[in-house]
Amino acid sequence: MKRVGTPDFWSGLALAGLGAYIITEAAQWEYLGQDGPGPGFFPLWYGIAMAALSLGLVVSSVFRQPGSDERIDWGKASRALAAWVALALSVAALKLLGFLVAFAALIFFLVAVMYREPLRVAATMALASAAAFYVLFALALGVPLPAGVLGF
Amino acid sequence: MDVLSGLMQGFAVALQPVNLLWCFLGVILGTVVGIMPGLAPSGTIAMLLPLTFAMNPAAAMIMLAGIYYGAKYGGSTTAILLNVPGESASVVTCLDGHQMARNGRAGPALGIAAIASFIAGTVGVLGLMLVAPPLARMALAFSSPEYFALMSLGLAMVVLLAGRSLVKALLAMLVGLWLSGIGTDLFSTTSRFVFGQLELLSGIDFVVVAIGVFAIGEVLACMEVRGQGQLLPVPRGLRNLLPTRRDLKDSRFAFANGSVIGFLIGVLPGAGSTIASFISYGVEKAVSRRREEFGRGVVEGVAAPEAANNSETGGALVPLLTLGIPGSTTTAILLAALVLWGFKPGPLFISDNPALFWGLVASMYIGNVMLLVLNLPLVPLFAQVLRAPGYVLYPLVFGVSMVGVYSVSGSLFDLGLLAAFGLLGYLMRKLDYPAAPLILGLVLGGGMERALRQSLMMSDGSLSILATRPISAVMLSLALLILLIPLFNKVNSWRLRALEQNGGVP
Repeated sequence: MKRVGTPDFWSGLALAGLGAYIITEAAQWEYLGQDGPGPGFFPLWYGIAMAALSLGLVVSSVFRQPGSDERIDWGKASRALAAWVALALSVAALKLLGFLVAFAALIFFLVAVMYREPLRVAATMALASAAAFYVLFALALGVPLPAGVLGF
Repeated sequence: MDVLSGLMQGFAVALQPVNLLWCFLGVILGTVVGIMPGLAPSGTIAMLLPLTFAMNPAAAMIMLAGIYYGAKYGGSTTAILLNVPGESASVVTCLDGHQMARNGRAGPALGIAAIASFIAGTVGVLGLMLVAPPLARMALAFSSPEYFALMSLGLAMVVLLAGRSLVKALLAMLVGLWLSGIGTDLFSTTSRFVFGQLELLSGIDFVVVAIGVFAIGEVLACMEVRGQGQLLPVPRGLRNLLPTRRDLKDSRFAFANGSVIGFLIGVLPGAGSTIASFISYGVEKAVSRRREEFGRGVVEGVAAPEAANNSETGGALVPLLTLGIPGSTTTAILLAALVLWGFKPGPLFISDNPALFWGLVASMYIGNVMLLVLNLPLVPLFAQVLRAPGYVLYPLVFGVSMVGVYSVSGSLFDLGLLAAFGLLGYLMRKLDYPAAPLILGLVLGGGMERALRQSLMMSDGSLSILATRPISAVMLSLALLILLIPLFNKVNSWRLRALEQNGGVP
């Protein structure tokens, strides 16, 4: 087991787990009934295919020669993941803060922290974007925006 | 209805002022999206799809199609000026287009790209108009086994051409099939893979997955770096953008070659415009008298891939509108749009909805003229979009995505799913899993399962029905052969060379 740390190894393992879950679930549903194939028929087969292929990927990743293109640049990835965490937090905060406040906070974080722009630029961007979204979507197009406890 | 009367009806629809306006907005937006590296038409169409639900379907389809082919015009601008493909299909244009710009001929390069796009785009629409109706009539003979085989063939093509690793492409497709199976099984009312969540009983909305994987995933990938590339100066004035008579003469064959190859490749599921432009460039180079100059800035090296890239759009709409089978991510999203508006793309689509089909065809003629008229004089203006900083653009994509998803279902749960699929889209890029098979698996999964189960009901559970009916037997054999291709070294090395140019995006 020389190369258990590669992205292919871990992603293959995760997909093998998903394949096993699909097989387990599908096995509980009818496979073939009087009216033809049941709800378990199709999932069982793609679950088996997924488990087999992902295990193949895991095994091949262990025995393959290392290649430089397989490495992940975690420095770059951490920027993207930080942006994603900010997005996920703003989605989680929608129920409490509503779209306008949560979105403004998201923009402020991205501009000020991730792009290291001056705070006044970030604040202007956040307020202007939230206002523009409200005018364009809520007022002009009549598209509902998630409201928070304050009612907007 | 014959072609001419259909086209007349189409122009009557497309020339309505409101439809002209949507067509104009679509091609402008498409051009801007094509210019922006990292923003793809698939993500943009997915993002805007929810906002079109209140629109007239013909107007919405005209606008979304405008984004689709408009992006292909825009992609060449970035390729030529920045040596970065604005969208995946412009990869090949970088080779000679950017070299022309470095040699001080950015204007003629941009001009020939616009002219090639116009000619080939028009040829592609002509092909769509002539091929789609007879193909739809032929497809009326299809039953469930043929549809299952056809969808299998489409998925096999997409898997073959989607990524360097066939195993990863297959796994992405299987994840798509799984996602399509989440929710209540309509045959038996069994709840499948719902994790105890009531919100999942009706399944996962395609829009959520498409926006998450394409728009959010792409923006996250773009946010990895703060800086921007070096933009070459953009020539001003129409005269500086027009190619010389010699350029046009040198490009004659490239226009024809790109138009024909682009359309034919477009009709094939999975191949896509990038492969079309790559093959067209290869053919042009092979027959050229000055093939050793390719890559150093020859005008045919821009004309051929740009022509193929634009003609492919018309071809890609043929299987979508006549068989209900999308061949790429963007056409998969257009299929979802049609279904969400209440249409059933397939053999009866054209005869049941002549105004929509012919209106779309006519609008594509008009849109191509608009793009030519706009792109030549306005290239300097469009190029300014490239100077927009990431901190202005990317957060707005997050916002539009969130509003788009919320407007479909009004559900905060779906916004959580959007964030999750955004992460999935980003991780797939990092781990080199192609997204196209996932999205096609998701779009075709439900229909595929239905067709398979109906086929087995027809045959009392015997799989032999798929092998004994000639059309399904041929298509399934082809699908199997396609999946075995990587076992043959010579063919596989061609596939990998094509994908190196392609970046793995059909």
